[in-house]
Amino acid sequence: MRRLSRPLPLLAAAVVLATMLAACANKPPADDSDAVAEYNQTNDPLEPTNRVFYAINDGLDTVILRPLAVAYKYVLPETVRSHTHNVLTNVSMPLSLFNDMLQARPRRAGDSLMRLVVNSTAGVGGIFDVATGWGWPDHDSDAGMTLAIWGLPGGAYLFLPVLGPSSPRDATGFAADVVMDPFTWVGQGVVVSTLGWTRYSLAAIDTRAGLLGDLDKIKAQALDPYATIRSLYQQHRQSQIDDARSDDRATVPVWFAQPRRP
Amino acid sequence: MLTRRILLLSAGVILTAKGLVPSPARAQNLDQAAAFITALGGDIATVVNGPGTAADKQKKLQAIVDRTVDVDGVARFCLGRFWRTATPEQQKEYQELFHRVLMMNITGKIGEYQGVSIVVGRAEPREGAIMVASVVNRPGNPPSTVDWIVSTDSGSPKIIDLIAEGTSLRLTQRSDYSAYLARNNNNVQVLIDALKQQAGQQG
Repeated sequence: MRRLSRPLPLLAAAVVLATMLAACANKPPADDSDAVAEYNQTNDPLEPTNRVFYAINDGLDTVILRPLAVAYKYVLPETVRSHTHNVLTNVSMPLSLFNDMLQARPRRAGDSLMRLVVNSTAGVGGIFDVATGWGWPDHDSDAGMTLAIWGLPGGAYLFLPVLGPSSPRDATGFAADVVMDPFTWVGQGVVVSTLGWTRYSLAAIDTRAGLLGDLDKIKAQALDPYATIRSLYQQHRQSQIDDARSDDRATVPVWFAQPRRP
Repeated sequence: MLTRRILLLSAGVILTAKGLVPSPARAQNLDQAAAFITALGGDIATVVNGPGTAADKQKKLQAIVDRTVDVDGVARFCLGRFWRTATPEQQKEYQELFHRVLMMNITGKIGEYQGVSIVVGRAEPREGAIMVASVVNRPGNPPSTVDWIVSTDSGSPKIIDLIAEGTSLRLTQRSDYSAYLARNNNNVQVLIDALKQQAGQQG
């Protein structure tokens, strides 16, 4: 029973299904160089299949996730939501720490570690984000980024059922994150399993509520929301990876002579 | 022969050195761009947080956008390779529609900008233009990083792109248009009609 209560097998099934149903986009003729360049840049050879899953997800979102997010925003005051967000961020901090270390980013790992320690104690179990004010700001870190920094190419764009925009690298990263997350393995029984699911559901609603305005705007203003989301996802992922890669702050203690930056 | 080669070489060295060492004019451009964005932030805050009806504010904000953004340039960029295949009439019509839709998208939800403040960071050259980093603070929202791409090619500084949280607005818009065109036989007229509908719907 416990095995089934984890999202991993679900994801695996979804990915296998997606691959089985895969249909390929028509590659433009080689003599149309502009069209070929565009085809390569969008990097979406599975577009027809991806669009099917986008439509399914969009339908599910319209009837389930979006109403939940709207209700969440309507029912709970801003402070409660921001504290919930803080707790969720704090719970995922060990995972960030592992990924920072795997990315060989000592200052980022230090930030994650101090955030975990400070916010879990002074921040009362992560309810308050004290660490940001004390000089340990939050940053994005996940296994998809780790794989990118290790040099694994991203692969073609994928739109996965439930999970949304992704790529083979990010889907692998997602699975790795679930395995690496200590909370996946802590304890067992009904309570733990319920807590785990509560966390995933709450995280989904929290994320969706954060995107409410942006996604509504995209759907209202874009001529092709699928393509707009694809472009935004690819650009945003690249900028997260670039940020991690270029974060080469010195690890010299503050009381020691600081190396000069170019 | 030798002297000529040395002459050429030294000329080359001087040229490269000139490119490497930031000339006063370049530094001035960077400062100018940063000051331009700082002033823009102030102008927006004054209009949005100031007195007046929503329609009044919308008008003032439109004037600011017209003055500071190279709308025609952005429009051309967003149409990409299809700009060349469009007829002059189509180009003109497209540019006008783009301008209207952009204005609507920017000024449509003016209430969202209430209490906005822009903290301008450093400016640096990027791909032939200048990137001015900034942090935009909105009450009730986490601060977001926005980079302003400013071009001084026309003599006065003009915004040609906005990079919000690592995503370029004009690049995203271009991929939206090109995907739409790809699904409509690359017919620019279909895009123009769709923009017409957008302009009519919300305007």
